Amino acid sequence: MNTDNNRDAKWREELRSALSAKERTSIPRAVIPQLDPKFRVHSNHEVNQGLSQAQAVLEATRCLDCPDPQCIQGCPVSIAIPTFIKNIERGEILTAAKVLKQTSALPAVCGRVCPQEKQCESRCIYNKMKKQPVAIGYLERFAADFERENIKANNIELRPSAVEKNGMNIAVVGSGPAGLSFAGDMIKKGYNVTVYEALHEIGGVLKYGIPEFRLPNVVVEAEIDGLRAEGVNFVKDCVIGKTISYDQLHQLGYDGIFVASGAGLPRFMGIPGENFIGIMSANEYLTRINLMGAGRPGEDTPVLKGNRVAVIGGGNTAMDSVRTALRQGSKTAMIVYRRSLEEMPARVEEVHHAQEEGVEFMTLCNPIEYLADEKGRVRAMKVQRMELGEPDASGRRSPVPIEGAIEEIEVDLVIVSVGVSPNPLIPNAIPELEISRRGTIVVNEESMRSSIYDIYAGGDIVRGGATVILAMGDGRRAAAAMDKELMKQEK
Amino acid sequence: MSMFKIVEKEHFSENVVKLVVEAPMIAQSRRPGHFVIVRTGEGGERIPLTIADADLKRGTITLVIQAIGESTRKICALETGDCLTDIVGPLGQATHIEKVGTVVCCGGGVGVAPLLPIIKAMKEAGNRVVSILAARTSELIILEKEVAEFSDEVIFMTDDGSKGQKGLVTAGVEAVIEREKVDLVVAIGPAVMMKFVALTTKKHDVPTMVSLNTIMVDGTGMCGACRVTVDGKTKFVCIDGPEFDAHKVDFDEMIMRLKAYN
Repeated sequence: MNTDNNRDAKWREELRSALSAKERTSIPRAVIPQLDPKFRVHSNHEVNQGLSQAQAVLEATRCLDCPDPQCIQGCPVSIAIPTFIKNIERGEILTAAKVLKQTSALPAVCGRVCPQEKQCESRCIYNKMKKQPVAIGYLERFAADFERENIKANNIELRPSAVEKNGMNIAVVGSGPAGLSFAGDMIKKGYNVTVYEALHEIGGVLKYGIPEFRLPNVVVEAEIDGLRAEGVNFVKDCVIGKTISYDQLHQLGYDGIFVASGAGLPRFMGIPGENFIGIMSANEYLTRINLMGAGRPGEDTPVLKGNRVAVIGGGNTAMDSVRTALRQGSKTAMIVYRRSLEEMPARVEEVHHAQEEGVEFMTLCNPIEYLADEKGRVRAMKVQRMELGEPDASGRRSPVPIEGAIEEIEVDLVIVSVGVSPNPLIPNAIPELEISRRGTIVVNEESMRSSIYDIYAGGDIVRGGATVILAMGDGRRAAAAMDKELMKQEK
Repeated sequence: MSMFKIVEKEHFSENVVKLVVEAPMIAQSRRPGHFVIVRTGEGGERIPLTIADADLKRGTITLVIQAIGESTRKICALETGDCLTDIVGPLGQATHIEKVGTVVCCGGGVGVAPLLPIIKAMKEAGNRVVSILAARTSELIILEKEVAEFSDEVIFMTDDGSKGQKGLVTAGVEAVIEREKVDLVVAIGPAVMMKFVALTTKKHDVPTMVSLNTIMVDGTGMCGACRVTVDGKTKFVCIDGPEFDAHKVDFDEMIMRLKAYN
């Protein structure tokens, strides 16, 4: 299988000259099939259904195979985007999938949850022509799904890549996107890689956080199986810094450690009544439902249900929570956000899906107090109406309270989704590690190396709360830097 | 592949079971005060249990479980040779052990199990240890022999007077404080018991430590289900605790939150 990235390859030149730019640009962007909102709010089925092969090939035809492709610059892991797209156009879908795997450990995940509109697709030449960009995300997902289904349909046995082992051992702390991406790169470089996970399932936020209707577990499982087949060793139920100390990792013979323990600590607002029953973090709500299967037959973990559910916040996790609440049977599910729709950090697609499903948006509203019944169960929230003032440090217009505009709104379940802080477990367990004021691990931005020579770190434990793809980018950079360093020491 | 095999099971009473489980890595890293999260069966819930003891040579930890709900009943039904699906830990902050003088250790019900390693460590640190074991009735007193081995004195309090003195644990605490200088009280048991021990010792201004057993999911700081108010601030039992200054814990809020799923 030829995964050559050479734009001057004969097949690529031929493909380019087969159609004129005008013919290519006259094709409208593919529309991804979606489940009907009325049906999907009662199910956990994935909302986006993926392109058909005909749709994908046509969409791939739109790509002009630019001589200086800007899309790659917009990708945190620098996927060879035109190469994989042109392979789809010529019908070599499995080759396209291989091209993706060269730089991304989890293409089926990224094709679903990356904010492409802010990354690769925002740099597409089509934007300059005032046309919709090539649907790079849909195509990525198509190629990755095609490969997975092909493996399944043909019972293909996954084998480790034929890399010579270098005999060095690497420990990875956390099996979320940063850890998996790092592990995938290091195993390909010939290291023995062991990933330690605190929970009883591998996948981190991909499992406990992102819901099934946006990222099915089978997709995550397949990506993990791929890494396992490559030779990555996974150890669950193990908290580094608790079960095994940093010193013990050395005794176990690890030459390098990558910490990707994530943004473990949910933030609360510190307002009166926030500890009443029925008020919980988005992390708790989503973990109970996604990881623990609350509400499904045969699962012991309970979750509180509400008729009127308020989700506080405007990020992707807030959208995941509010749409989960609808699927749990709530009659009214609302987003309560202190700025306006325009400033909302969630992906446009997620906001759009939530609106289609009937989520109410209470923007320019900030909860200031919760009220409970005699048993301590939340029954209402007091919200302060806001208006937009001058831009703040983030460049967004900051919300200012409108004096006296306080309302009481009936609610029986509140999900607080106002961000997370870095998990303090590792920083507490390794006192010599340099930690920022925000509690994140301080690293060199290029190499992702921490203040301790053999510890590298990436993902939310460094960033404080970012995206899957940025975490994966960190994993890649850390792998490259650690490999370079260890090879230097070896010589 | 599970390595969490039960190698010994003992019934303390009808609903209270002691399990000795293979968990070598946890056995070597646990300290008094630590807890683990346990899961039984593929659809099992994650529940926190305090570690009662560990045996480094056998690579085992000891758990004492009271069957009070679906998950604890499932665990108590397991037999020697069976495996727990998952155990993760040790979690939480270890107990701060030092020589302070006289330590009164109060255990209510199965709270005696997590108290035992603290009693041992306090004694080994050179303290005079007075243990007060309280239960509804004599059959529910557990680990009597083990507690006695490491205590200078053991006082029993039962609601029905079937063992030791008739009365609540607070009466026992009060009596010791009145007769001698007490430097520290450690209380582990039902939330309501810890609340009243705290009120009693507050009156006498004796520093008091409690170990809280709240609802948890992950046990590593991720979910916040375990949050309690301590000194007016929200704390997470799983990472900030499980032990706190008893005089600063909002027990009424904690007791309310324990009923979230009842």
